[in-house]
Amino acid sequence: MTTQTEEAGRPADAVSRESAGPGRTNRSERLSGLAQRHGALVTLVIAMVVASLGFDTFLTGDNLENMALSSAFLAVVALGMTFVIVTGGIDLSVGSLFALGGVLAAWGSQYGTVVALLLPLTVCGLIGLVNGVLIAHVRLPPFIVTLAAMLGARGVLLAVTDEGAKTYLVDKDSFFATLGQGSLAGIGVPVWITVALFVLGAVVLSRTRFGQYVYAVGGNEDAGALMGAPVARTKISVYTLSGLCAGLAGALNAAWLLSGVTILGSGMELEAISAVVIGGTLLSGGFGFVSGSLVGVLLLKVIQNVINQIGSLDSAYQQVVSGAFLAVVVVAQTWLGRRRRVL
Amino acid sequence: MTELTLGRGTPDRARLLRLLQDYGVYTGVLVLLLFNFAFTPHFVSAENFRTQAVQVAPVLIVALGMALAIGTEGVDLSVGSVMALATSLLSLYLGYGPWTAALVAVLAGAVVGVANGALIAFVGVQPIVATLALMVAGRGLALVLLPQLKDVHDPDLAALGSGAVLGVPYLALIAALLAVLTAFVVRRTTFGRQALAIGDSRPAARLAGLPVRRVLVLVYVCSGALAAIAGVLATARLAASDPTSLGSLMELSAITAVVVGGTPLSGGRVRVGGTVAGATLIQLLTTTLIKHDLPPSWTQIAQAVVIVLAVYAARERGRR
Repeated sequence: MTTQTEEAGRPADAVSRESAGPGRTNRSERLSGLAQRHGALVTLVIAMVVASLGFDTFLTGDNLENMALSSAFLAVVALGMTFVIVTGGIDLSVGSLFALGGVLAAWGSQYGTVVALLLPLTVCGLIGLVNGVLIAHVRLPPFIVTLAAMLGARGVLLAVTDEGAKTYLVDKDSFFATLGQGSLAGIGVPVWITVALFVLGAVVLSRTRFGQYVYAVGGNEDAGALMGAPVARTKISVYTLSGLCAGLAGALNAAWLLSGVTILGSGMELEAISAVVIGGTLLSGGFGFVSGSLVGVLLLKVIQNVINQIGSLDSAYQQVVSGAFLAVVVVAQTWLGRRRRVL
Repeated sequence: MTELTLGRGTPDRARLLRLLQDYGVYTGVLVLLLFNFAFTPHFVSAENFRTQAVQVAPVLIVALGMALAIGTEGVDLSVGSVMALATSLLSLYLGYGPWTAALVAVLAGAVVGVANGALIAFVGVQPIVATLALMVAGRGLALVLLPQLKDVHDPDLAALGSGAVLGVPYLALIAALLAVLTAFVVRRTTFGRQALAIGDSRPAARLAGLPVRRVLVLVYVCSGALAAIAGVLATARLAASDPTSLGSLMELSAITAVVVGGTPLSGGRVRVGGTVAGATLIQLLTTTLIKHDLPPSWTQIAQAVVIVLAVYAARERGRR
């Protein structure tokens, strides 16, 4: 079976679509498309229903608010990651940039909110820009470039914090602190910011010219270039965007924690990638959507929350479950994608 | 290197570039060694060389498996977690004797490799995601088996970790042996040639009738088993099992060693000698910076620069 499907490129695809019965093909194609698009959402709903039946404490306001807040920062990182992965790339530097953004924001907060936000955004955006230039113009593989950026950003972080010995604090009466600690209509400000960013991200990816370029570059770079999509510029933009998102998430997190914690963010790039993949975005590029990544983040956090609630279970089980879940999702996705291509 | 180019008359730029790509990493090691001979106090001592060799051994062993995976145009992110899993199992099964425990640990590494390979070869999942899933789950499993750090008191393992024959530590000997074995497998066996052919072009390898799936699974089994061996050796050296931190970020160090050693990420070529030199280079770089009292932040930034330069140098080779 593998042999057939892997060789089924686009021409064969078209032929088999014509030769098969139109009704049946369309329906099963639509079904697997639906499963790929909304599978994560359905799983999330099921998981939440099961969790709220199993634990009285799950569906309480406090617990939901905690989950929403702790999801918010990862979600912002995953938003940037979605754009990168749709172009067929990957960004391993986000965890370091998240930590760096937090420290820079905490340091900058003594000079006011503007500095506290602009400094991390500028620095993380610049590192993202360098990533993008190295990938798009020098044509180095994204995996390696962003791996180097991950090490480099961690190095800058250590240099800024006196080798990790110094922790900058945020004044808890400042306006910057309300960005993390405040709440509006009972819901934390970071959650509102995250929701707003996701709406914006969804519109940009699905409704703007830039969004279409992102899909075109990820689908087939050469074809995209022939159609007139600015391949290099699009790539540079998505890596810059990913850097900005990671920096902003770090800054918000610092405002929430009231300090720039240096040891955060390690392993976050993998969490973000998992969330994006669970949300239905293909790592091979060209297919994906922003809302799926949000669902992916929430699903990871619900799993984490449930395992924390089962007091007897060690928190290490969370990793086992998340890893197994990721494996199931990618296997399902591969099969669904294959169905769509074969039928 | 200079003599080589001079001997061939007027060297054109392309040839010079290729020589730099092929021997750049060895030159780097040599330059660092010379620098340390000249400027670092207490560098030239048998004790220091032993320490360096013992420190580089686990990274090198993991990097050998990684080189195989990268040679098939894949990657294995689960190696660090496999090391953690190996250390957990080793201390759990220590009651049955150290060698049985070590065997169980290596077998577990091979099983993780089978899972990786099956996902990649039979289901057709991309190597990054497949091994990412096992990386997350493997670390969790290691922690479930052994929730916290535990001392390992065993005379045999202690001898393995800190013993030496003729002044050469066992760890360094094992690493060297495995490197030679890997080089032999890559160059002289059918399996090695098949793996490289798959890395060059998977469709072509399949059309040529190679057992693509079997070879791929075997490659990831090798990578998993090598990572488990590294985990066992690291545990023996530290005389403790620490599933929380053992092998964390090891996948990145291993990939760095392989890439700096000149193995292209696009597959089809494995440079075992380069990988050894790459691991040594990173180790020497770290040591040099530490011995000159430069802070860890410098080490990380320097590593980042070395990685980018190495990939930049290797880039032209892909267009050959």
